[in-house]
Amino acid sequence: MRETLDPWPFVIAAYTLVIGVTLVLVGWSWLAMRRAERRREETRK
Amino acid sequence: MHGFANPTRFLSIARPLTPWLLGLGLVLAGGALAWGILAAPAERLQGETVRILFIHVPTAWLGMAGWTAVAGASVAELVWRHPLAAIAGRAAALPGAVFTALCLATGSLWGRPAWGTWWEWDGRLTSMLVLLFLYFGYMALAGAAARDGAPSRIPAIFGIVGVINVPVIHYSVLWWSSIHQPPSITTGGSAMAPAFLWPLLVATLGFSLLFAAVVLMRMRALLAEAQLEARLRRRAREG
Repeated sequence: MRETLDPWPFVIAAYTLVIGVTLVLVGWSWLAMRRAERRREETRK
Repeated sequence: MHGFANPTRFLSIARPLTPWLLGLGLVLAGGALAWGILAAPAERLQGETVRILFIHVPTAWLGMAGWTAVAGASVAELVWRHPLAAIAGRAAALPGAVFTALCLATGSLWGRPAWGTWWEWDGRLTSMLVLLFLYFGYMALAGAAARDGAPSRIPAIFGIVGVINVPVIHYSVLWWSSIHQPPSITTGGSAMAPAFLWPLLVATLGFSLLFAAVVLMRMRALLAEAQLEARLRRRAREG
């Protein structure tokens, strides 16, 4: 017989992982874009 | 389509589009996840575990859509030699790999309470893992091509050949015996109750908009780096 596990720790872990990684990906992409475009503009001067 | 491959025209569209995609994506994905975890009912057989559906399915879709975008950019690069095609392929690969890894992780977190196992070497799970390794290979090849000035044809050919794995992932649950359930949403309709279907569709749309925003931001960053490097080289040549 299979053990019955409390599903909530698995649900919370999955949501935390996806929300956290997505926010890091979005934030990192935004910062990398701003940094690269600022450097390009600086060399234009 | 060829007109959008011009970097100046691309930037004139990408600059105003990026914050809209980002804002709408955050609102829709955040709202759908709150809906999924707080308001959606528990499922009759799977209970509360079914809430993982609202994040697992969008990540799986984006893992496969990401490689389809890489393959499309690779075709554009090989056939039409679009200046932005290699940049688009590189920009889509990283978020594609991230969402594939998230799909595997959330699938594992769903599988443990639902199937009693973290991992099974069946067709769906294995072909998804192969997709993650394909992303790693493409990123290594494209990174080396950009860094060392090697021909970008090699990652483009890899991107096209790798697309064979996308239909394998989709049909794996029909071709082979699998512990993974068959597709609930097909072109013929949905086998899912509206209480699960609607938050799932909104979450998928929200995450897709976020994916598009990340691809645009990465394209703008890679384009700015390429333009900066070209300008520095030109200055060095002119003395």
